[in-house]
Amino acid sequence: MAKELGKSVLKGENITKVFGYGKTRTEAVKQVNFDFHEGEVISIVGESGSGKTTIARMILGLIGITEGTLLFNGQPRDISNGRKKKEYWKNIQAVFQDPFSSFNIFNKIDDLLLDCINMTGGKHKSDKEKFDMMTEACSFVNLKYAELTNKYPFELSGGQMQRLMIARVFLLKPKILIADEPTSMVDACSRATILDMLLKLRDEINMTIIFITHDIGLAYYVSDSVYIMEHGKFVESGPAEDVIIHPQAAYTKRLISDVPKIYGEWDLSTV
Amino acid sequence: MKHQLKQAFSSSKFVLGFVLFSIMLLLAIFYPIFSPFDPMEMVGSIFYPPGTYVSVSDTVQATYNGFNIDPSEAHLKAALSPENREKMKNWLVRFGGVNEADIDIEDTVALVDLWDAHYSSDNPQEGLLSSEKKSYSRLDKSLAKAKTGIKTALYTENSDGEMEESLIISDRDYVRVNDVANTVTLPLGADNFGADMLTKLTNSIRVSLQIGLVAGLIATLIGLTIGLLAGFLGGLVDNILTFLTNIFTVIPSFVILILIANSVGQAGRGPFVVAMIIGVTAWPWTARSVRSQVISLRNRDHVNLSKLSGHSLPHIILNDILPYVASYVVMALILQVSSGILAEAQLSMLGLGPSTTTTTTLGMMMNWAQQYTAHLSGAWWAFIPVILSVAIISFSLNLMNTGLDQIFNPQLRED
Repeated sequence: MAKELGKSVLKGENITKVFGYGKTRTEAVKQVNFDFHEGEVISIVGESGSGKTTIARMILGLIGITEGTLLFNGQPRDISNGRKKKEYWKNIQAVFQDPFSSFNIFNKIDDLLLDCINMTGGKHKSDKEKFDMMTEACSFVNLKYAELTNKYPFELSGGQMQRLMIARVFLLKPKILIADEPTSMVDACSRATILDMLLKLRDEINMTIIFITHDIGLAYYVSDSVYIMEHGKFVESGPAEDVIIHPQAAYTKRLISDVPKIYGEWDLSTV
Repeated sequence: MKHQLKQAFSSSKFVLGFVLFSIMLLLAIFYPIFSPFDPMEMVGSIFYPPGTYVSVSDTVQATYNGFNIDPSEAHLKAALSPENREKMKNWLVRFGGVNEADIDIEDTVALVDLWDAHYSSDNPQEGLLSSEKKSYSRLDKSLAKAKTGIKTALYTENSDGEMEESLIISDRDYVRVNDVANTVTLPLGADNFGADMLTKLTNSIRVSLQIGLVAGLIATLIGLTIGLLAGFLGGLVDNILTFLTNIFTVIPSFVILILIANSVGQAGRGPFVVAMIIGVTAWPWTARSVRSQVISLRNRDHVNLSKLSGHSLPHIILNDILPYVASYVVMALILQVSSGILAEAQLSMLGLGPSTTTTTTLGMMMNWAQQYTAHLSGAWWAFIPVILSVAIISFSLNLMNTGLDQIFNPQLRED
């Protein structure tokens, strides 16, 4: 999977996030550095509470960065007002972990997809064009728009919802996609389909995917480079083959040995 | 929405509360329309007991119908008070030689028969004072009169302005109530002003419900706005709004209520002014609970997704937060209406309710009943129905709230 790296789209320098103050002060992310390139699939792997989701939210601009600079396309990111934030979110989108809580259950699926079309400047398109775009997006993720129209998200299954989420990304065509454990709440069959669709979408629009997961096997399967995270720090990073086949850090070795194997003894000594 | 309504009506508690509330509401709306009286009209006089009142003059003028019913037993019953029965029993045991066990003072006919068989004024009656002997002889005479029946003569004014006897009324003459031209029915008697209690009560229920609803809506609206803003915006805004809410929570709201009501003055206090006063002091509770709900919603993925879709702050609050807290707010509104009605009753009990000459409320009816010492004069109809109405309204609203709570929080369901 090793291939020529594109230009840098997102670069973090000494990113730190602190929650609370005084006695409740916790450093969720400590001085991390990263460099993500165009068209690359990056995995951030770590256990619960290691700060993966905090990094994702900082990159998305949903929470502020306590310290450090984030360079977007080589420029310091500026989301100081609503208009700039909106502009930024045209370039960066997310797929969340729990499909059941990702949708507003009071909005119809049509509204959700229309929002995406309006956001990318399709507000003045005719109804026919909008309809065609929505149909195309749904068929990309193996859903039929005719069956979804006038339905609410909670009427779909978990796998269908997650695919609808990808249809949304397909309409928005962002430069960067943050996938925060998109497959941990769906069954194994849907998982493969969803991953394939994400990778297909990457190939189609040359999008960078930041894949956040606790499953190191999955990370090896999908990513070009891997960042291993422990207690708010990156303990190891590099191309997927290097990190996972020849792990250096003790934490990475432990993560790999924790993966259940179908054959052979499960080594519990490291747990 | 339709689904949730269906669910609400599957809860027996909600249905019971709803039915009770509807009965009170329908009573309040429709009874005053059909009632012959104005709620403020002074029909009778202070604390007339419940019942149908027929005009005496119209009764004697009406057509008489003879009935073959011996009226003496009813007359005897009316003539014999419990003390007289006891007196008769004493005499019979002491001088008549009757066994005490044979006398049943409740059985009027048997008692009078025994009396007739044994009483004689010629009996020496040793040990009795002459005044006591005379009182027994008077009792005997009144019994004899009740048995024979009383004839009443009717005198009517003739054309010369003189009274002349026109009719002898026998004690077996009856008048059909429907034939009497003037009757007044006071199902719950009259209050201290002589107004019909039921008309006044239903009118008061209507006004009190209006006050409760307006107060509840105002309190919920203020609480909801503050709760949404504080919970969603967080940071400095949250700190300021929470500080404000805490101040209002810490200061006893009833004291503020009394102070505001007092400073507005008696003349300025219409029902809606009172409702507004109650509303602007009751919101902190709603604000706090909405804020905590919103904080738990704020970091949900659907809100993040809405932000990523480039929606503005008002759009997110109205579309992604408000529908999720709506069921909760409806429940809070129901409780606010209930506490608004109770707050009005409390205020009016203290004499700080709406101005008394123009309207009636449940609290004011209780206030008047207390001032005219209805509880001492035994006029239960002046305050028991009012208390029951307040209790039923507040009970039904709380029951609906509990029913809804069980639907929206399935953990609370019993089965």
